[in-house]
Amino acid sequence: MIDWSVHLPALQVIVPMLTAPLALLLRPRGLAWAAALAASLFAFAIAIMLTLGVLNGQTFTYQMGNWPAPYGIELGVDAFSALLLLVITGASALALLGGRRSLDADIEEERQPLFYAAWLLALAGLVGIPVAADAFNVFVFMEISSLASYVLIAGGRDRRALPAVFKYLIMGTIGATFYLIGVGLIYLMTGTLNLADMALRIQEVADQKPILVAAGFITIGLALKAAVFPLHVWLPNAYTHAPNVVTVFLGACATKVSLYLLLRFDFFVFQPNLVGHELQFSYFLMPLAVLAILIGSGVALFETNLKRLFAYSSVAQIGYILLGASLISAAGLTASVVLMFNHALAKGTLFLAITCLAMRHSGLHLNNIADAAKHMPWTMGAFVVAGFSLVGVPGTAGFISKWYLITAALEQGTIGIALIAVIVASSLMALVYVWRVIEPAYFGDAKPDAQDFETATTREAPSVLLAVTWVAALANIYYGLAPSLPVTLSSNAAEILLRYVP
Amino acid sequence: MTVLFGVFLLTLMVITALAMVHTKHLFVAVVLSGIFSLLMAANFFLLDAADVALTEAAIGAGISTVLFLGALALTGEHEHSRSSNRFVALGVVVVTTLIVIYATFDKPRFGDPMAPVHQHVAPWYFDTTREAIDIPNVVTAVLASFRGYDTLGEVFVVFTAGIGILFLFSVSPPSRKPIPQPGSKGIQQNFKRTLAKAKDTEVAEESEGLRHFLIPRVVGRLLIPFILLFGLYVQFHGDYGPGGGFQAGAIIAAAIILYALLEGEAQALRVIPQSVLTGLIAGGALLYGAVGIATILLGGNFLDYSVLAADPIAGQHIGIIVIEAGVGITVTGVLLSIFHAFAGRRRI
Repeated sequence: MIDWSVHLPALQVIVPMLTAPLALLLRPRGLAWAAALAASLFAFAIAIMLTLGVLNGQTFTYQMGNWPAPYGIELGVDAFSALLLLVITGASALALLGGRRSLDADIEEERQPLFYAAWLLALAGLVGIPVAADAFNVFVFMEISSLASYVLIAGGRDRRALPAVFKYLIMGTIGATFYLIGVGLIYLMTGTLNLADMALRIQEVADQKPILVAAGFITIGLALKAAVFPLHVWLPNAYTHAPNVVTVFLGACATKVSLYLLLRFDFFVFQPNLVGHELQFSYFLMPLAVLAILIGSGVALFETNLKRLFAYSSVAQIGYILLGASLISAAGLTASVVLMFNHALAKGTLFLAITCLAMRHSGLHLNNIADAAKHMPWTMGAFVVAGFSLVGVPGTAGFISKWYLITAALEQGTIGIALIAVIVASSLMALVYVWRVIEPAYFGDAKPDAQDFETATTREAPSVLLAVTWVAALANIYYGLAPSLPVTLSSNAAEILLRYVP
Repeated sequence: MTVLFGVFLLTLMVITALAMVHTKHLFVAVVLSGIFSLLMAANFFLLDAADVALTEAAIGAGISTVLFLGALALTGEHEHSRSSNRFVALGVVVVTTLIVIYATFDKPRFGDPMAPVHQHVAPWYFDTTREAIDIPNVVTAVLASFRGYDTLGEVFVVFTAGIGILFLFSVSPPSRKPIPQPGSKGIQQNFKRTLAKAKDTEVAEESEGLRHFLIPRVVGRLLIPFILLFGLYVQFHGDYGPGGGFQAGAIIAAAIILYALLEGEAQALRVIPQSVLTGLIAGGALLYGAVGIATILLGGNFLDYSVLAADPIAGQHIGIIVIEAGVGITVTGVLLSIFHAFAGRRRI
């Protein structure tokens, strides 16, 4: 009898990956969607099993082809990667479950098998990175996830997605190439691609020029892929013009995978070995994080397109995640990882609610959603919950992450006070931009010329989509009241990251 | 002598690259990029990386050039007016170049046997390949077995690219969508339109390809079987000499693209229809993955070919041959689909 639990880290990637070519061959309408959903749910189940194992103190390692590391490729799952896996597979499963009707409207029937194959590949690529323990293997999965994401974003009827994707493609390719140049330089000096082995062998050559340059290339390359300010320019349009359900999926997890990799690479390989690197990391990223928070929130204040508004809010949230990490402390890193989880919940829910709105409203413009709460009370209810979570209102998941971030900042003395001022100011800005949506929806008057049309056609979103949106919204409240799962995983992750830092 | 060749080739590459940046004529740029790839392939060959050289020649110089030309046929031949942030881009390129040059100051001397890359994993690969896999080409052993999971990933990169092109190109331009018309009159009209269309395609086919050019056609047709044979040789001889599925796939696709250029794209699609190509794309990737699943079912780890046969060495051989076949099938299918996507676009 085969013990499948041994193979879990491999299955996490292989299940969605091998379902992709199958989905391509499924012709009758809906079958490709069903296959993608089944694979996503299966991957979600595997991620849950891995997380439960990690919480029980189990460590998962897997040797591909049974060749020992560093000669073969190793996979590994710890608390940090488990949290990411939960977020990615959860986002994919929920988006697919709720998004069928919306995707049917966006993607022509004959192109659907191709679309769902690309979806599965994006999923496989994104989960492939957190389980990989090998620097080149990471690159391979980065290629798969990026290429597939370009396809997904360009998938809808919105032709403006094409120039947006082209920009994303150019920037993404530069980011991945920078990462590869960095890995190549490290390989030149150490002869290894396995991350743990690399961390050991880099010690002897740490002060040499190729390693220093590699650290720069890898940091900037990954920052580009993670949309760290000011390298975020590809993100707003890509998220805005993508099919709504794709924005739900990618908005919840895509940039977080790059942030995960940035933290893991930096804390495992560079900080223990390069003298003073943790300070450089901090001094380089902290100002960028603060700028991202202030400028991202600031632009969101004036945006009138709903999706672009929340895309800019994502730029700010990426800033929060980096801010926590740049404190280089257990509390800071815990806050950073909790933020990854909670932001995925809040932003995923928001984009789900926006998908609901888009099912009944022609434009996602602030002017178009006047009176939406009257026709779609449930949708707007979920939106309010998620919006409050994004702001950080007590009782929601977002409050937990802000609380941890502020606690971490308090440890830092004077600079901490300044950081707290930034966090509070940007939270108020978030309140304003969320309110800018809520106000017309609840208190706005529908324009007289649109009145007849609207009352005749607008009604609540499809029930499955609405149910999924509410599951996500309730998760925001649940993890606001009982945050032990993300917090435990995050503090374990922080401990893992800091284990090697001097 | 090798150094002299190397310097000569690198100088030519720099000149080609500069010319490529300078030219405004896209056709010239595409041809130059083909030349650049060929020079690169020659360089790889000088460095004794015959496998990489073969890949670069087949994919970089061969197929990419054809695809670029296909894309050019859909657009104009001249570059648009320069964009405003050209100087930003130039600045980034210059800074990046300087930093990479700075990084080379401390790198191990070229060909140094004491360099880390030759001291750490490489000796283990050489010893283990002899012992556990027993094939002469260590590169194939690393790609297909030791790091087979990466190669599976790369096959899926090719697969994803194929899906992307098929997805983006399968939208027909809105102006040519047939307008449905109810009633018998509509049917009649539809019938007439179909007839007219059939006539059109016939005419189009007549003028397609190089059918009226006798010499290229005869020479080309003579070449195709040899190219196919060489592709199969590269595919199945990869364990012994340079080669493998990626290169073989590109070579076989090149042969069929040559056929399409000679006889017209429609004729090539009649020989291998798009549905078959889709089957190839998915089938090759599935074949590779199925080997991994089979090794799990037989009690090993994913892609542990040793369990495929009673004798681990034989198992490794079987595994490598099958997954290389999977690679070749997918690469052929994807490259041909991409070609047809571009070429078919022209007819619409």
